[in-house]
Amino acid sequence: MMPAQASRTAAEPDGLEDRLRRFATIWSRAIFPVTATSLTRPEFEEHLLPLARSLRDALHRRPFDAAPAQHAGAALVAAHCTDTDALTRTLGVIESYLVLYCGAHGDTPAEELRARCARLQHALAGGFAQALRERTLVEQEAIARSALAARSDAQEALHATETRFRAVFEGAAIGIGIADLDGNVVEVNEALTRMFGGLESSVRRRNVSEWVHPEDAPHVWKLYGELVRGERDHYRVEKPYYRGDGTVLWTNLTVSLLRDAEGRPQYQLALMEDTTERRLLNLRLRYEATHDALTGLPNRTLFFERLDKAVSATDGSRFGLCYLDLDGFKAINDSLGHSSGDRLLVEVADRLQSVATRPGEMVARLGGDEFVALTTGPDTQTEVAELAHRILGALATPVRLDGRELTVRGSVGVVEGPAGERTSAEVLRSADITMYRAKSAGGNRYEYADPEADARAITRHGLTTALPAALERGEFFIEYQPLVHLGDGSVHGAEALVRWCHPQHGVLGPDRFIPLAEHTGLIVPLGRWVLQEAVRQARYWQTRHADGGPLRINVNLSPTQLHHPGLVADTVDVLERSGLEPGALCLEVTESALIGADEDLLKPLRQLADMGVDIALDDFGTGYSNLANLRRLPVSVLKLDRSFTQGMQRHPADPVDLKIVEGIVSLAHSLELAVTVEGVETGAQAEQLRELGCDTAQGWYYARPGAPDRIHSLVMADAVQ
Amino acid sequence: MERPAWAPPGIDLSVPSVSRMYDYYLGGSHNFEVDREAARRAMEFMPGLPKIMQANRAFMRRAVRHAVDEGITQFLDIGSGIPTFGNVHEVAQAASPDARVVYVDHDPVAVAHSQAVLAGNDRATVVAADLRKPLDILTDPKTTGLLDFDRPVALLLVAVLHFLEDADEPGRAVAELRDALAPGSLLILSHASFEGIPLPEEQAGGTVGVYRSIRNPLVMRSRAEVTAFFDGFDIVEPGLVSMPHWRPEGPADQEDPYAFSGFAGVGRKA
Repeated sequence: MMPAQASRTAAEPDGLEDRLRRFATIWSRAIFPVTATSLTRPEFEEHLLPLARSLRDALHRRPFDAAPAQHAGAALVAAHCTDTDALTRTLGVIESYLVLYCGAHGDTPAEELRARCARLQHALAGGFAQALRERTLVEQEAIARSALAARSDAQEALHATETRFRAVFEGAAIGIGIADLDGNVVEVNEALTRMFGGLESSVRRRNVSEWVHPEDAPHVWKLYGELVRGERDHYRVEKPYYRGDGTVLWTNLTVSLLRDAEGRPQYQLALMEDTTERRLLNLRLRYEATHDALTGLPNRTLFFERLDKAVSATDGSRFGLCYLDLDGFKAINDSLGHSSGDRLLVEVADRLQSVATRPGEMVARLGGDEFVALTTGPDTQTEVAELAHRILGALATPVRLDGRELTVRGSVGVVEGPAGERTSAEVLRSADITMYRAKSAGGNRYEYADPEADARAITRHGLTTALPAALERGEFFIEYQPLVHLGDGSVHGAEALVRWCHPQHGVLGPDRFIPLAEHTGLIVPLGRWVLQEAVRQARYWQTRHADGGPLRINVNLSPTQLHHPGLVADTVDVLERSGLEPGALCLEVTESALIGADEDLLKPLRQLADMGVDIALDDFGTGYSNLANLRRLPVSVLKLDRSFTQGMQRHPADPVDLKIVEGIVSLAHSLELAVTVEGVETGAQAEQLRELGCDTAQGWYYARPGAPDRIHSLVMADAVQ
Repeated sequence: MERPAWAPPGIDLSVPSVSRMYDYYLGGSHNFEVDREAARRAMEFMPGLPKIMQANRAFMRRAVRHAVDEGITQFLDIGSGIPTFGNVHEVAQAASPDARVVYVDHDPVAVAHSQAVLAGNDRATVVAADLRKPLDILTDPKTTGLLDFDRPVALLLVAVLHFLEDADEPGRAVAELRDALAPGSLLILSHASFEGIPLPEEQAGGTVGVYRSIRNPLVMRSRAEVTAFFDGFDIVEPGLVSMPHWRPEGPADQEDPYAFSGFAGVGRKA
């Protein structure tokens, strides 16, 4: 820039320098549009100025030398005026303006100036052409060399890549194989060869389509077909192969389609993972998970799988199920020991296995001494009975164990029906319930499932499980039935009778749930609660009716309560807390609970009796009434069973019943026992019983069991009389 | 099957290269007949293509000088192509001798040529990488060896983003690069657009078709779309404009009408 600025200041208007600059400006304007330079217009013009000067000087130099014009042509190319238009326009500008702007000074004749100008144009064109040719050759060579370099770089990289890939291919832990679309194996790696037994040639010779195995999943070859036709890019399957030696190789196989750059299918790539070991392990684990370790029979898990399948079948088939529980197995286990018990189970399992061999039949052990036999098919209605027969038959021959012969019996619950109606759990429950029915009918038999019996059992079961929560939630309540003095008709006390207000089933009597509570042991807390409530109520009555004489309260004791070690302490505690004197409490114990009772069992009763608590023998006359035994029992009251009073409802009363009652009363009185009768329903009965000498009575004739305030009003009525 | 990342792209000289076509537009001979043939086809639709390229070179030159004036001496030129003349390192190192320049291109021939041109210049280098994978560029030892990303860098995305289709997520690529730059860094960007071309869009579309046919689609973007690339940058004066209008050194009205095609702009990272 500096020299240009300097020259501009030196240029006086229309002086030599100014005319030269005007020539350069015209030149620049003409060719700038066709240059590729990144210079700005002013910069480009500055760039041309020295070239213009060299042309002007050459126009006048003596001797004439066209070389500067040649250099100017080359300089144009160097300034990226490589377009031939730049040359054409340059020559036009020189032709029209060089002599005009730069020819005026000096003494060269005009004629010669024109000739020189023409020669300068020739030289410039020559210089331009030569420079352009040089530049083109240089650039072509440079780009060719670059292309070559790039190509060799790429090849090197490709080679490195291929080396790496080869290492990956060969060293891979999974089997890799490449085959063409016709199935010809092109390449396999070492891992794949190893999987197939180690001989590469035996793998390479094969065609992929030959590797058919009978256990191929049905879709495997369909997927293969889709892949080689280019309809699918990959698939993944579990596939077995035969090795050369006939053994089986299991693989997780992933096959991918390799396409060329245009997307046309070219090869298939298989990646294989050897799963043979894992599969064997899985099979073993599966076997262990589905079979009983002791007997080798299918276990509960496998049985349920089969049962699920059988009951959910949709092809109209039926199923039959036999649920077997050995009778008295616990006793065998207890007396001969567990190892003998186990051997017995193994023997039973073997026998069951041998009688359930028809297609569709299976035997499983559910646990303990419980076995099931399942049969499926269209004719299970007849088959299941035969199966149950065979099962009982298989048990008929005694089992020899340690030199003894053991007779093994079983109870079988049979369920049969069409598939698609019940869940497996429902079926098994029904079979279980039915088995218990067979057992309680004496065992060594089979019973068919019966929906009503099932329903009863299910309700019973439901009540049993609901009992504990019912006690906590206060669903129990007590009704009281008056005990009336036969002599004067006054209310002498009341019997506490527990009820359950069940949220679904409504009010349930003790016959519905006391046996269940007995069975589960809940009777102890329930009994204690009844005792507490009844005693509290009795005490309340006493405080309200001080003049009505002492009101007694009768509370029932179940056999389990009788055996409970806390009975005496609990009773004492309840009495003390309430303040009721022991003499106002009467505990009723059934006759059957005391049959064969030894001193240990009687001791708590005796203690209670010694304290003044009355003990009543309930339901007297129903069991095996050991009259001789009465003497040693700590009992002060006999409660005659309602069956005796029923005989007196007729008119005239059954004379035999009368005699019996008369006899019992007389016996009781001679043993200093009071007699209470239950189930009094008519005035005639009451009169008769009074005449026979009975002391107290209860029954609908007087009052049904009711709320405590009803007793209150009865007592009040007495008081008024 | 997709080529694995570690496999180099092949060299196929039967396929036109956009860098060599660019060289041809600028009157260079760093090209092969296949490139010239494609360039001639493109010029049938837009005879003024060379003028656009020229204006682009001129814009780049002015923008690099602007960066040097702003005190920036580090340059990352992605999509640098075939070095013809007036390259970033020439402009930058002329203005500031210690300027450092990293060229990036994914065309192996352009990279090889750049290597030859830059031989002996220890403050300029070329990295073979793709704008679609900014991390490859930023973590290349040659990049990290020459540029200090704790100091401002001028990032040049000159006439390159229009070769990234939307599926290539050009915005994400720019953002990733931006996040690597120190505050005060510049983004120097030019982009093709139907806006400003002195031709009906259908005719200019013929050029787009040529580039599509050589599997290097040219994606024309609107002003709004190009502006979005400056997310995270403050666009400096005079904003996003046609190339001749970006800080001109002479009267812009003398420029060829084609020079006004597309957009150019410079942004500064806050």
